[in-house]
Amino acid sequence: MNSEQTNFELEPGLRVRPIENGTVIDHIKAGQALNVLHILKLPGQFESVVSIIINSPSKYGKKDVVKIENRELKVKELDKISLIAPSATINIIRDFKVLKKNRVEIPEYVEGVVQCINPNCISNSSEPITSKFRVYEEDNIINLRCIYCERIISEDIADHLL
Amino acid sequence: MKDFSKEMIDHILETAEKLESIAVMKERSDMLTGKVLAVLFFEPSTRTRMSFETAMIRLGGEVLSMGSVDASSISKGETLADTIRVVQSYADAIILRHPKEGAARMASEFSSVPVINAGDGAGHHPTQTLLDLYTIKRESKLEGLKIALAGDLKYGRTVHSLCYALSHYGADITLVSPDELRMPYEIIKDLEARGMKVRETDSIDEAITEVDVLYVTRIQKERFPDPAEYLRVASSLQITPELLENAKSHLKIMHPLPRVNEIDPLVDNTPHACYFKQAFYGVPIRMALLALVMGAME
Repeated sequence: MNSEQTNFELEPGLRVRPIENGTVIDHIKAGQALNVLHILKLPGQFESVVSIIINSPSKYGKKDVVKIENRELKVKELDKISLIAPSATINIIRDFKVLKKNRVEIPEYVEGVVQCINPNCISNSSEPITSKFRVYEEDNIINLRCIYCERIISEDIADHLL
Repeated sequence: MKDFSKEMIDHILETAEKLESIAVMKERSDMLTGKVLAVLFFEPSTRTRMSFETAMIRLGGEVLSMGSVDASSISKGETLADTIRVVQSYADAIILRHPKEGAARMASEFSSVPVINAGDGAGHHPTQTLLDLYTIKRESKLEGLKIALAGDLKYGRTVHSLCYALSHYGADITLVSPDELRMPYEIIKDLEARGMKVRETDSIDEAITEVDVLYVTRIQKERFPDPAEYLRVASSLQITPELLENAKSHLKIMHPLPRVNEIDPLVDNTPHACYFKQAFYGVPIRMALLALVMGAME
């Protein structure tokens, strides 16, 4: 691909400089950038620069963008983002150029990302397990079914992030 | 239960039928001699626990019971995962009843021996559903069945699971409940999507004239803030000999028990009463499950 970072760097109104190496997550639903970082457990111990652009104007209304310098996140890791930002695109940047561009894909399962909404679920107890959900899409809505108690979360997934 | 295919259910029911003569002691069996069944009940139970224990003993096996929670390591704060890790090294299969939903599924992740779910809070109680199906098969018919479900259809996990299981056989279902305890709309929608005919009514008199099986569940007092309202609702659904005068002669009445006052004791002596037989059928069904999971039958 090797194109310039034009599509998300040079649009009028973006105030963050292009990054030399790392990952740019673009087309995040407006208002979800902080949740994206939360899912990715960033910045955590990560020491390089992480830039966040919230409510940036775009062709389809507003969007958020996250730029993570000096780290190429793995596609699998990024797929978790699809729970709250299914239209996000992932751009791997090397030498200021877009090396790879992918849409996030809905993973089959997510583990340790979301808390089950059922207070009586075994995953909400002191047992040595992490929450696990099967992820599926129905009528363009992302649903999470707890593999333990089978309770379904289909709305406000961001409210239940661990 | 939703994960069980029709073939799996049929296989379990057929296996139970083969073992029924052992359950009534017409035959003796040493099928599970030398095998140990661990029975872990974190909640009280009479029928489920005792029928599992009876099933194991009738097949020649031994039962290891945890006893009461107060007298076990659980009272010292041990996790279920640790209890399972320990017990799986003592037994060939584990029966688990636990108040937390999903407990049995979690237990199976920590166990190298089969874990059978004997009820997990408000979640599942699959062996109850299997014995309900077996009762219907033995006392009525599974194909082309007309069944009415009466009582608490909102919270009753037993009736929800039974409806899903019956969807494999294309039953015609009438739901009889007060407005406050109607079956959740999502479940009705789900059942209709599976090709079932479902209709709702609040009149037991009307429903009883047409069905082959009437499945009654207990209405819990605590669901009603007003005790007078509870009494009104409970009495409107009570099954009495008078009510049965309009029923089909072959109607069978089922109830998962314990009953309180949903069924008049005078009904017990009519040919319609099937609930004590239903409790017995828990034995052959659980024998079938034990024989299958411990590899004594295929």
